[in-house]
Amino acid sequence: MAMKFEKTGEGTYMLDVCGYVCPHPQIYCKKSLEKMEEGDKVEVVFDNPSSKETMIQMCEQAGHDILEQKTEGGKLILVIEKG
Amino acid sequence: MEEKKNTAWAFLITAGLILTSILYYMTDVYYMYLIVYIWFGYAYGMMLQYGRFCFASASRDLFAAGVPRMAVGIMIALIFFSVIQAILAATNMSTFHAAPFGIHMLISGSVFGVGMVLAGGCASGSLYKVGEGNMTSLLAVVFGLCLGQAIFVDVGGIFNKLVPQSWVDSAHRTQAAIKAYQGIDIPINSWFDHYLVGYVWNQPQYTIAKLISGGQPDTIHYFVGNALINSIIPAIALLCVIYYFYNRKTFIKKKKKALKKQGLPEITGFKDELSGIWSMITASKRTSIMGVLVGITAGLHILTMAGMQKKFGVLNFGDLLKRMGHTADVSLKGTVFDPGYWYITSQEGQVGAWILEKFGWNMHDNMFFGYVNGLPELWRNPALWMSLGIVFGAMVMAKLQNEFKFKLPSPELIMWGFSGGLLMGFGSRPSLGCNIGGFFIRASGGDPNGWVYGTGMVLGAFIGVKFFNWWTERKMAKEMAAM
Repeated sequence: MAMKFEKTGEGTYMLDVCGYVCPHPQIYCKKSLEKMEEGDKVEVVFDNPSSKETMIQMCEQAGHDILEQKTEGGKLILVIEKG
Repeated sequence: MEEKKNTAWAFLITAGLILTSILYYMTDVYYMYLIVYIWFGYAYGMMLQYGRFCFASASRDLFAAGVPRMAVGIMIALIFFSVIQAILAATNMSTFHAAPFGIHMLISGSVFGVGMVLAGGCASGSLYKVGEGNMTSLLAVVFGLCLGQAIFVDVGGIFNKLVPQSWVDSAHRTQAAIKAYQGIDIPINSWFDHYLVGYVWNQPQYTIAKLISGGQPDTIHYFVGNALINSIIPAIALLCVIYYFYNRKTFIKKKKKALKKQGLPEITGFKDELSGIWSMITASKRTSIMGVLVGITAGLHILTMAGMQKKFGVLNFGDLLKRMGHTADVSLKGTVFDPGYWYITSQEGQVGAWILEKFGWNMHDNMFFGYVNGLPELWRNPALWMSLGIVFGAMVMAKLQNEFKFKLPSPELIMWGFSGGLLMGFGSRPSLGCNIGGFFIRASGGDPNGWVYGTGMVLGAFIGVKFFNWWTERKMAKEMAAM
């Protein structure tokens, strides 16, 4: 298990923080967004339920849009567009 | 299929606790006292998991992500709990007692604050996360809160040389006095014994109700002093500060945008500020509602424990253990750790001491276990059952929400869990409590000590977040370089 942040296409990224517990997923999510340009999208994959609320509120506060939220086999996925 | 399996597990765990309670009751009616702890623990566990209620998250997420969700939840819980505590104190149904006031609370809170950020959860948060299957939290609990605490209060030798002579002298004077008046030879051996008897016991203990009433508080003093002055006003002030620094800008920006869209002048007033505070409170309904419920439940817990004590005519479960013939369980003064309210860390220290004694380490030769808290067998430890209740309650809630996941820690998380747990253990002993016993219970019970410890926790969390920011930035830089 290791944190992975990679570019998956033009303006699209993937952040995988599965296995990590608080506060790592939310910190990595914030830092990823800081590295991106406005309008870029990132798919954040994590499995720490407690981080979900924090990430959603963090995006709302900072003006980022949550495009999609889903759960796949114990993994939580948020697709965020940088605002 | 998976959902059905999880629901079945939730029922199975609950049935197991019901069966355990019945077995205790059938063994002796005095175990009703212990059963109460089990079920309040269970309720706390469910609420903590559902509301993601973690005190570490309060300051950490504020500093790390600018998210006030948890800080708001805790302030709400504090407000409700303080009113209930005032009612209980006014009706002589409270088990709350203030703690010795001093700078040790700030230092201890700071150490705990760093630890809770590293470990990924506070003392209560780590327990509920164990219930979610998080093994990093289990490491923090076992090595830090259990073994770390036990060793921390028992070590002497070179550590005794670090203790000021004034503490040593004072401790020995108290030792002589207790021997003369009670006939008990208290064990003063470890550095912590000197600290506890020679320093902490000499510090003043007070609540705001006592201060404003000249030592004879009445109903009005509990409500005005303890609830309003010590809890409600500071909590509301903190909510306003959090709103101003973290929410206001975004809220007012959105409000002005909406006004512009309607063709109205972009002017906002006091009413809008109040709406902004309300929107911050309701931003995470899940956490805020749990804040209300946690506050009420913690109050009911005190009421029920006071009822149990009145029913059996005791002030401590140690008296009941002695009645049942378990005299080896109690301390030199005949007590065991029995807070009478929500508490987390001392009972885990007892687990650590119990384990170390099985390996031949004498844990009765210190004040903490030998004279104050005793070392009951684990299955007769009332407060430990509260902690287990939290783990099982959280497990049931996590199973019901399909959020339980058994997660083994990576080497990196082992390092954080272990070091954070140790710091939490070390940071909860000198203050005689953690985020619950050191901050939450005290701040809502009228003891200003709670805020001193809370300030320390926030300072510690700030340092912890700074460290993690540096650590994660390094890792992100590597990822960016590889792109």
